[in-house]
Amino acid sequence: MRSVSIIGAGCTRFGERWDDSLRDLVVETGIMALEDANVCGEEIDGLYVGNMSGGRFVEQEHIGALISDCAGLSRLHVPSTRVEAACASGGLALRQAVLAVASGYSDVVIAAGVEKMTDVTGGVAADALAAAADREWECFFGATFPALYAMIARLHMHRYGTTIEELAAVAVKNHHNGCMNSISQYQMEITVDKVLRSPLVADPLRVLDCSPITDGAAAVVLAPTEMAHKYSDAPIKILATAQASDTLALHDRRDITTLDASVHAARKAFGQAGLEPKEIDLAEVHDAFTIGEIAAIEDLGFVEKGEGGRAVEEGLTWIGGEIPINTSGGLKACGHPVGATGIKQAYEMVLQLRGEAGKRQVEGAEVGLTHNVGGCGGTALVHIMSR
Amino acid sequence: MSTVPRFWRHIPQRYNLVGTHCSKCDEYYYPPRTICPNCRRNAKMEDHKFKGLGTVVTYTTIYNATDDFKRQTPYNLAIIELLEGPRLTGQVICSPSEIEIGMKVKPVFRILGKEGDRGIIYYGTKFVPVEGSI
Repeated sequence: MRSVSIIGAGCTRFGERWDDSLRDLVVETGIMALEDANVCGEEIDGLYVGNMSGGRFVEQEHIGALISDCAGLSRLHVPSTRVEAACASGGLALRQAVLAVASGYSDVVIAAGVEKMTDVTGGVAADALAAAADREWECFFGATFPALYAMIARLHMHRYGTTIEELAAVAVKNHHNGCMNSISQYQMEITVDKVLRSPLVADPLRVLDCSPITDGAAAVVLAPTEMAHKYSDAPIKILATAQASDTLALHDRRDITTLDASVHAARKAFGQAGLEPKEIDLAEVHDAFTIGEIAAIEDLGFVEKGEGGRAVEEGLTWIGGEIPINTSGGLKACGHPVGATGIKQAYEMVLQLRGEAGKRQVEGAEVGLTHNVGGCGGTALVHIMSR
Repeated sequence: MSTVPRFWRHIPQRYNLVGTHCSKCDEYYYPPRTICPNCRRNAKMEDHKFKGLGTVVTYTTIYNATDDFKRQTPYNLAIIELLEGPRLTGQVICSPSEIEIGMKVKPVFRILGKEGDRGIIYYGTKFVPVEGSI
């Protein structure tokens, strides 16, 4: 297998982009990534796009052909593939693209992600997202996505003494980071008190514990490491790509407070990279809900099981702390256009490892990890990259 | 809008809590599984009707639901561990202040929802608290 590097990256502003369609978002991010990589259309061997639910959100399937067409590549007949793993669709697109290059089958490949979520009402969006859970045995009885994470949170609090203030602290930190990121959906500081006064969605999770509905797209361009310097002065090397799955329904898990898919994907990724969690300088993790970040930093091995809540409150995961988490603002503040999230995480890591993250730059960042979850843990993707 | 068969085909499982049991490894499954994850191709699966008595493992109260469930908010949703071992997701009918981890519950037959004003009304199992031991 060949070593693979990221030679270019782009990401749209995240938010409620009422003036722009899914197609507009794809074109915007595609141009950014290709200009950054200095690649022309004839060099592109393939496209992978993560998209969870074009069918539900914009009544459009066949997103693979669509993005190739919108990107002006139709006359080149570039193979273009849409992949789906709910909220991990972006991470999965990245992995497919890495494998295509690593195998030697392709040289220059684009991994993109897009979701246009605000063309439908909130209720329809919530139902589309609930399709990532078990439709027949969870949603049928009234489960929503926040409800499933709320049940993880409830048991985590019961078993480990995690508090609602610690949950809120995740949101406070990620909003703080989001304020330093120009693409972030939310550009406002919040307080623990403000989180705890926001309306309940699914007890104990409140509105400000939840990531928002977001429009956005992101793309990265990959090439074999041996060719990377032809395109980029600062290529980012992929040290590991790992994926794991678990039961679709939360109730069937070995342990409801642990996402075993994250544990297994992380174990595989650390094995590939020959690294340990303490050697990672920063990470973008899947904080669709505040409890998600707490479980993630435990499952990835950054802290002991049950210590995730304390880690946030004690400042370990803030910029300047031992292991800065979600410098982009995470899904919580930067926004969560589900199919794009996994690629946005890679985009943030590229900026950080190049030293181009501005006010939120982690000093001396050399090795970063991205962690993208589908559903409430049916799929997990972990990538490790270095400058 | 869904068609009738989508609901009809799960009537035994949802009305009467019929799941499966692997007689090879003696593990019970609800919701039912066709393939036993322990024994896979060597499994010997048979139908099993669960009593429906169980314990609340974790829970939430939902205040913001999808359109189909909006009229029921706030409602309690729980993961319930049945006496025979498997866990399922279901609603627990009681006040949000009453539900707690470790609460004993029993099944009741209820309307679960309906698809709009003219759509299908569908039924299944919800749970209610039980006093004392089960």
